[in-house]
Amino acid sequence: MSTIRVESLRHVYSANTPFEKVAIDNIDLTIGHGELVAIIGHTGSGKSTFIQHLNALLQPSSGTVFVDDADINADKISRRDVKRKVGLVFQYPEYQLFEETVYKDIAFGPENMKLSKEEVDQRVREAARFVGVDEELFESSPLELSGGQKRRVAIAGVIAMRPGVLILDEPTAGLDPAGCRQILDNICRYREESGSTVIIVSHNMDDVARIAERVIVFNEGGIAMDGSPNQIFCQPRKLMDMGLNVPHSSLIALELEKLGFPVSCPCYTPQQLKAAILAEKEAGIC
Amino acid sequence: MLKDITLGQFFPGNTIVHRLDARTKLILVVVYIAALFQATGWISYLAVTAATFSCMYLSRIHPKNMFRGLKPMIFIIVLTAVLNIFYTTGTPVLPGWPITWEGIERAVQMILRIILLITGTFLLTYTTSPIALTDGLEKLFNPLKKIKLPVHEMTIMMSMALRFIPTLIEETDKIMSAQKARGADFETGNLIQRAKAMLPILVPLFVSAFRRADELAVAMESRCYHGGEGRTRMKMLKMQFRDWAALVIGVGFLAMMIVMKKFGL
Repeated sequence: MSTIRVESLRHVYSANTPFEKVAIDNIDLTIGHGELVAIIGHTGSGKSTFIQHLNALLQPSSGTVFVDDADINADKISRRDVKRKVGLVFQYPEYQLFEETVYKDIAFGPENMKLSKEEVDQRVREAARFVGVDEELFESSPLELSGGQKRRVAIAGVIAMRPGVLILDEPTAGLDPAGCRQILDNICRYREESGSTVIIVSHNMDDVARIAERVIVFNEGGIAMDGSPNQIFCQPRKLMDMGLNVPHSSLIALELEKLGFPVSCPCYTPQQLKAAILAEKEAGIC
Repeated sequence: MLKDITLGQFFPGNTIVHRLDARTKLILVVVYIAALFQATGWISYLAVTAATFSCMYLSRIHPKNMFRGLKPMIFIIVLTAVLNIFYTTGTPVLPGWPITWEGIERAVQMILRIILLITGTFLLTYTTSPIALTDGLEKLFNPLKKIKLPVHEMTIMMSMALRFIPTLIEETDKIMSAQKARGADFETGNLIQRAKAMLPILVPLFVSAFRRADELAVAMESRCYHGGEGRTRMKMLKMQFRDWAALVIGVGFLAMMIVMKKFGL
């Protein structure tokens, strides 16, 4: 079980200098066990700062973060322990690979948890399987792999710690469409099999529309919208006003509306759009 | 933790100190150091301290930022003070004690000298952007091109190094966070364990530094960079009245300090 509760969280960078900047302010949020949450928001909206509070990498300027009802910043030990409960995969995680072999790199997390050799081995193999890294690659250097493979090894390094909450900051940035789909499918499969909570930060609205169960929109350091994909993506204009993209299907629906053919929502995935257009046709408008 | 490093940091502003030409400021720092080392008596120390604080006031740099830069030097300052207290001969504070009044006086002056030295030079980097600084250096050292010294190459290397300090610090921060998220521990353990714990940071840092250097080289070449030959600048340095005035004041101050030393003040 892993629930996250955030109460009036605020973070200020470089406090008391000319560079002072309020990154996030007044955030209240609860994320339940097993949810698949997508966080969207444009650059500088505070998403990355926010997720780093969830495993105590950043300490709040004020406010509290609870994981499983325990204040994660209570003391040094809880700050350390929360990192095992909440796994965080940074943007471009492949730049953190450092070991000589893929196996050793994935094992870095579990070894830091002081687990037995057998346990570490089991977790490494399990994590590699989740992200689709072949065991044949275990002895090669991580620097020799392709970009997509590196990314998957880096994600496996976090999954190997078996966190109850997995947070990924733009896991698909800079990958080709096939690589993107593969990583997202792996993440979804990991969630189904392990039952963990998954939080994904993403700019790709089509991905978000496809996999998320709940969408949280960050804007100017606060939460602007929070709801199901239906609730969020059926207000495409509101998203666009915040400088965000909307799924391609929503764009098509908006264009159709301009041409005098309003399509009823939900219509933010290709399947929904198709169904909605067919329904209109059925009703005899077209 | 890494954010505390203030070396080479620049605080933008629009005060008279910020507007001075980088060359003026560079020369003034040299003059300042020379003047500082003329100080022997309390009155001359007072004069340098007053001069430093008035420059600090003019630059509107908060003293807190000024003294934050001193933090890494505390060890050296304390060591110098302790050595001076114990190794100066003179009248003992108490009969039989190794501490002398002269030693204490010497120690206080030494502390003052180091602090003033650091704050004075920090004032330069705090009020001058790295680009202006290296431009100024290049101009100042230009005559050395006559003896085949690669002045342009040296200054462009310096400005690139300065430019990438914040980038590398940011990168280190990011890698540290990522490894911490994987349970890496940089704070406990003995010396060897801690040195070993640095490996997960250093390897990715070096890999990315080399990658960055490569990319930068390609980016510069694709914009036709080919060294300093015939290169013009966007921002021309131009000495103004205020620069000459500042130089005259600086040299006057140095002369005053030399005279004070003559009279043992």
